[in-house]
Amino acid sequence: MTQRSRNLLLLAPAGAWFLVMLVIPLTVVLIFSFGERGAAGGYVPAFTLDQYANLPARWAAFKNTLILAPAGTLASLLIAYPLAYYLAVRADPRWKTVLLVLVIVPFWTSILIRSYAWIFLLGGRGIPALLAAIGIEDVRLINTPFAVLIGIVYGYLPLMVFPIFVNLDRLDKRLLEASSDLGASPWRTFLQVTLPMSLPGIATGCLLVFILLMGEFLIPAILGGGKVFFVGNALVDLFLQSRNWAFGSAVAATLVILMLVTVTAYMRLIRRLGAQREDVALM
Amino acid sequence: MTKDNDHISKRKFMEELYRYKRGSVTRRHFLGVTGLGTASAVLAAAVPALRPRRAWAQGDIGDRVVLATWPNYHDPANFEAFTEATGAAVDVNVFGSNEEMLAKLQAGGSGWDVFVPTNYTITTYVGEGLIDPLDAARMANYDASAFDPRFAGPGIVDNTLYAVSKNWGTTGYAINISKNDNVTPTSWKEFWDMTMDSFSGRTMVHDYQLTTIGNALKYFGYSFNSVDPAELADAEKLLLDAKPHLFAINSDYQPSMRSGDAWMTMCWTGDGKQMNRDMPEIVYVLGKEGGELWSDFYAIPKGAPHLDAAYALIDFLLTPEVNAKEALFHGYPVADSRVNALLPAEVLNDPILYPAAELLDALEFGAAATLTDPNRAELLARFKSA
Repeated sequence: MTQRSRNLLLLAPAGAWFLVMLVIPLTVVLIFSFGERGAAGGYVPAFTLDQYANLPARWAAFKNTLILAPAGTLASLLIAYPLAYYLAVRADPRWKTVLLVLVIVPFWTSILIRSYAWIFLLGGRGIPALLAAIGIEDVRLINTPFAVLIGIVYGYLPLMVFPIFVNLDRLDKRLLEASSDLGASPWRTFLQVTLPMSLPGIATGCLLVFILLMGEFLIPAILGGGKVFFVGNALVDLFLQSRNWAFGSAVAATLVILMLVTVTAYMRLIRRLGAQREDVALM
Repeated sequence: MTKDNDHISKRKFMEELYRYKRGSVTRRHFLGVTGLGTASAVLAAAVPALRPRRAWAQGDIGDRVVLATWPNYHDPANFEAFTEATGAAVDVNVFGSNEEMLAKLQAGGSGWDVFVPTNYTITTYVGEGLIDPLDAARMANYDASAFDPRFAGPGIVDNTLYAVSKNWGTTGYAINISKNDNVTPTSWKEFWDMTMDSFSGRTMVHDYQLTTIGNALKYFGYSFNSVDPAELADAEKLLLDAKPHLFAINSDYQPSMRSGDAWMTMCWTGDGKQMNRDMPEIVYVLGKEGGELWSDFYAIPKGAPHLDAAYALIDFLLTPEVNAKEALFHGYPVADSRVNALLPAEVLNDPILYPAAELLDALEFGAAATLTDPNRAELLARFKSA
């Protein structure tokens, strides 16, 4: 067996999988997006750009997604980083495993059930009732963008914690000592050594969370009360309520393109930052 | 019974009884050796009421049946009894709109055995070839003559039975009047005006084009079923104006109403009854401008994976005693006179279930055109994504 055929054999399962589960469905979506809605719903073949021309009708969904997905990613990062830092650098090694498991524990229950729990916590008898008890009246949390943001951060936090933790955990602690020996303050050591070294973890975590958030629909559906709409919710509606497969496909195709553009731009930014860091290191 | 005896002495009988009571012999042995098993079987054959004749209790129908239905629409105890009697567990999928059910069936592979469509959708299901005709012979408890044709009629298309009547009801709204100085409003105009004023952030509308658009049309006095573009444009403007004031767009509104997060919601008869039963301050209102009168059905989608179980479940739920329990639980009126004969007078006189004639007369049945009209479908989707 030649090297080439061995490579092909190794790639065959993944290749077949991507062909059936990714390439073919995406092609179907693309073809449908140029079609028309059937009389009772569904799809009839056609070649028209009408569906794409109608995209502004879903502007609000795109806007919400493009605001809340980055906001959710950033909020997750701000909360996850100190936690990952503590777990990797500061935590007592004897407790590290236990603490890590505690981060994963919520994953043992379905996100659906955990999101339902938030309905109660954010509803009138939950946090607002506690706030009312200390004199802050009439706080409305459930079914607001803020509630969706809370749900997002809650749901996606572990996905952000782990890549950063893995990165910081492998950090050579002698570098920190060296920095300190050379007279850098702890803060300066963090900014010039720890943070740049953990950039790959941050980049991975942000990418994971951001990509999943762009396609999110469950959390806004449950904690947004059908009012805080992501593109994912618009898609569910187009396929499951108004049964407009053609328009739904156009929205889906646009979301994929949007995702490709943002992720490419993001990767380039990260690469440039990484290159700069190497330049600095060489100096 | 493998060991039936022709005769058994009194003493021997008592010995066997004590042995059985002590647990040293099985029930099967006891019935066999004493002849009681044969006796009860003979007795059962002679007295039809004791015979387990019901179709749903016969044969092996598999271990599950999948039912697609609406929120708060069944007594769970009945499902348990069905599973007990047949061995088939009932998987319940809950939906908030007919459109969602239609979309699932159009996409194929829904896996449903029984679903609950509303009157105005059945011709579309038949036209699209999505449901199978029902074989009345497989539903021993179905008696066509017992049903009020006004509500059961839409189940028959081109003289063929496609669906059997489940319940009928109205679509009005429920309001927690303790939040409104104990004043009960009477119109859809008040519903929308209060939503945008004193009830801001406290109102829910259905995630369902027929009722949410229909009841917005009623604000202007248009037909609940309008597909006129100018009238729909008015309704859309009202919906968009009201949207920032809504608590949620969701057809499962009981939890929010009961917790006090929501104060007013579009509401179906039975939900209104269930909430009013537990919290008298939540009252059910039919808008005087009109609104929807509907009837729901049991139907079997084409290609149902557990067909025997589907017929067994429908037949079970149509059993008057079972159906009466359902009605007492969910508070929706039944079109079956055999069931009504079993219901207590206070249910049959309940103004939530059986509204006054002048309120009922103003209501309209949903029209088939609304289900397939692309403008109504897109209007609701736009409203939600706005």
